[in-house]
Amino acid sequence: MISYIIRRAIAAVILLLVVTAVTFGIFFLLPRLAGQSPDQLAAQYIGKNPSPEDILAVKQNLGLDKPVYEQYWEFIKGIVSGATYNLGPTTVKCEMPCFGYSFKNHIEVWPQLVDRLPVTISLAAGAAVLWLLSGVAAGVISALKPGSVFDRAAMGVALAGVSLPMFFTGQLALLVFSYQLDIFGRTYVPFTENPSQWANTLFLPWCSLALLYSAIYARLTRSGMLETMNEDFIRTARAKGLKERKVVVKHGLRAALTPIVTVFGMDIGLLLGGAVITESVFSLPGIGQYAVQAITDNDLPPILGVTLLAAFFVVLCNLVVDVLYATVDPRVRLS
Amino acid sequence: MTAPIETTGSQAEAQPEAVLAGVKSQNIEGRSLGQIAWTRFKRDKVAVAGGVVVVLLILTAALSRPLQSLLGLDPNAFHQDLIDPNTTLPKGDFGGMSWDHPLGVEPKFGRDILARILEGSWVSLVVAFGATVLSNVIGTVLGLIAGYYGGRVDAVISRLMDTFLAFPLLLFAIAISATLQGGAFGLEGLPLHILVLIFVIGFFNWPYMGRIVRGQTLALREREFVDASRGMGASGPYILFKELLPNLVAPIIVYSTLLIPTNILFEASLSFLGVGIQPPQASWGGMLNQAVDFFEVDPQYMLVPGLAIFITVLAFNLLGDGLRDALDPRSR
Repeated sequence: MISYIIRRAIAAVILLLVVTAVTFGIFFLLPRLAGQSPDQLAAQYIGKNPSPEDILAVKQNLGLDKPVYEQYWEFIKGIVSGATYNLGPTTVKCEMPCFGYSFKNHIEVWPQLVDRLPVTISLAAGAAVLWLLSGVAAGVISALKPGSVFDRAAMGVALAGVSLPMFFTGQLALLVFSYQLDIFGRTYVPFTENPSQWANTLFLPWCSLALLYSAIYARLTRSGMLETMNEDFIRTARAKGLKERKVVVKHGLRAALTPIVTVFGMDIGLLLGGAVITESVFSLPGIGQYAVQAITDNDLPPILGVTLLAAFFVVLCNLVVDVLYATVDPRVRLS
Repeated sequence: MTAPIETTGSQAEAQPEAVLAGVKSQNIEGRSLGQIAWTRFKRDKVAVAGGVVVVLLILTAALSRPLQSLLGLDPNAFHQDLIDPNTTLPKGDFGGMSWDHPLGVEPKFGRDILARILEGSWVSLVVAFGATVLSNVIGTVLGLIAGYYGGRVDAVISRLMDTFLAFPLLLFAIAISATLQGGAFGLEGLPLHILVLIFVIGFFNWPYMGRIVRGQTLALREREFVDASRGMGASGPYILFKELLPNLVAPIIVYSTLLIPTNILFEASLSFLGVGIQPPQASWGGMLNQAVDFFEVDPQYMLVPGLAIFITVLAFNLLGDGLRDALDPRSR
């Protein structure tokens, strides 16, 4: 068991290195390959109408005119041990973990991310509970009676759910339930300040996000359950006289859950790195909204920071899922 | 994939009659996989409806510009006379609907919504199809190689696919679109934006197709015709592309049809976030982005592009599900 966890942890670290390398590539290598000069590249870190001095400062601070491997080294070093940015008259020490420095707003990225994390966690956790419960339940009931009225209705709703863009359903929900009926609030309040207000504001984002995901999970669960319920061990369980409910839940669902757990690990990891669209539709001050704000401001460092954070979360959640697997299903440890 | 022999009730009955009559003797010939799939597909009314809508959409998108001039509409013409200067909202009910502007005009600028929807349709489909082709080419080639050669090659490619699936896709897409917005590959404006979108959406989505092709190839490579081909001295690439690939056409078509709606949504999301198609060029996501400021006072402006996306994506999904059931009944 311990050797398994160590192996998975090593794999996770490698994955993390790959993801940071790709992130680095997207921000520093790709624009160069596409024919942008270091000056053009630097200009994107300052915002609209940069002055030549600003461009020079950014170019030197990010090492944009150095060879690519040196840039990458500086980039990794910054994350691990912090970095110092020389901004003409002043120098800024970006403490570790240095996720970048917004030259435009003169502010470090990392503290901003930490500030916004609770909002994103609230959103992701609440939605995850909703979509897991509804999606898996709908999938199981559908699979038990394929072709039934419930199955057809649930799969119809699921198909509609995956076909609806989040930024459309979200706006519709806001329009009807918040602006017209005035049931739900629109200003985010931290849980620690006012739990009921917190839930009241988050209810619509939770539901909109859950509609999208539970549609995917219902389809996944249904196909998984249809497959497992035809397995021999289900017949055996029935033959030995187990109650149908036990057969379904303990034997069928448990086996069908494995792929769902994998997908769930990835989804929650991605969401923790910023539910970009949901947060921008419902104006929740989370990590995703920070990235969107940075797009509008033409400010690249926050986007880089958010991308890195999302990558960390995905890798972390994958690792957690791997370890959970091994405790639930002993077969996994051997492979 | 073997052609499953399926005798449906009606056709089994029809064949003896055909023999007796001595005409249309081709009726008793074995049916190809395509014919079998087609009969099965025709029976699925919902999928056929989806298919019809998809064909109409593609026609609309292809003829978008001629249609606009035929209707006398211009997606970028301002109609300030139709806008109430005090509220910046369209005059009249239902977002300014009239014979001249069947779907109304947008708030503030008064541009015609129908024209912008038509204009957005081709952008949306070009990006979605382009991205699907790109991820299919990468996914199919790497999936074939991984599945056929196996061993270390397979291990490397499979790991690569796992890694790609762990990428924060939307954020990468945002990042790439944001960094390349200023100009790249000597291109600017709309061609650049379309090309960047095709690249970011297509390049990171290939592992889905890669996994499917790899899995199918694993099963196919043990079959006799591959052995025979190898025995006759065929080269690796020949077996991959002339022997294996034709057998993979069905799953590739099915999953392409299911990938297109995902890509349409992806393009719309990016344009909604402001990193996709840039104004003034009309795009469905971009229209929804502008609608954010007005949706409590002029919901019409949000509903039209939202429904356009919904209908398009739903039609492709229905068609794809139907094709999957028709071509591969086991996956039901």
